[in-house]
Amino acid sequence: MRLKERRKGLAEAKPEMTPMIDMTFQLIAFFMVIVNFSEAESNEAIKLPSSQLAKPPEGEIESLVVLQLTKKKNPTVFFGGRELQIGQLKSQLWLKRRNIEAGGKAVRDATVVIRADRYAKTAVVQEVIKICQEVEFVKFALRAKQGQRDT
Amino acid sequence: MRVRNIQRHGDEEIELQMTSMIDVVFLLLIFFILTFKIVTPEGDFNVKMPLAAPSEGKPEENQFPPIVIHLKAGPSGVLTSIATNEKKLKDFQELHNFLLDIVNDNGGPGSPGAEATEVELDCSPDLHFEYVIDAITAVSGFVSEEDGKIKTMIEKIKFSPPRG
Repeated sequence: MRLKERRKGLAEAKPEMTPMIDMTFQLIAFFMVIVNFSEAESNEAIKLPSSQLAKPPEGEIESLVVLQLTKKKNPTVFFGGRELQIGQLKSQLWLKRRNIEAGGKAVRDATVVIRADRYAKTAVVQEVIKICQEVEFVKFALRAKQGQRDT
Repeated sequence: MRVRNIQRHGDEEIELQMTSMIDVVFLLLIFFILTFKIVTPEGDFNVKMPLAAPSEGKPEENQFPPIVIHLKAGPSGVLTSIATNEKKLKDFQELHNFLLDIVNDNGGPGSPGAEATEVELDCSPDLHFEYVIDAITAVSGFVSEEDGKIKTMIEKIKFSPPRG
């Protein structure tokens, strides 16, 4: 391999940095705009079912309660950053309800978003809904991925 | 704000030190590239389900009984059969067509008759949740071939009380 030698006496070659910096800034701006912080509520362990009719929520939903159901044999729920057994959920939901009411909002206006794994058992989903109903939550949103169903 | 005065002494040119800035810029770029993740959009099926309370007085005159859809599953949670009280159905497309006929008889999608139509899902306990979403998709509407918009069919969906 031949290495280039610097020739003395000749003018030093300067790389033109301006277009590269322009492009780099554009890339940074692109990634900054596209970065999604709302992903905090999603969970890698949950694989959502797909549906072409799943509508993205219109506007901002008031008092959101996100419950994420796993497909484990002994099913668990991710709620408020903690993994809970189904039996522990009710007390946590009561705490949430008190928080909502302390904020001057009604529990009947709060929406419970259920992000259940596609292989979660329906009986578990129904049990979670029943627990929410006992804490007087009324509005539910069953979450799905937008798109055709994977076979 | 103080503005720095750039003074030129004779022909001496002041050069900006770009190296450190480029370092930082590249670090930022690498950070954003590494944290970048393609997220598929998610959507909701809104269901209103108050805890069943004993009803008082006479039931509403216009209230029809809900159309019950039975979804049965094998021990592994895979769907084995779809049926209504009237007939057995082959797949979710057939279920969709069956309900569309009922909705059209009640005045078509969006009519008061269609809005009053209610569906009750009776699912096996082991059934995988994805089949419930398939059933809700078949029940709740369809994507119009004309304009690609979602046409609502039946919005009132509820679950039967869990079995056993």
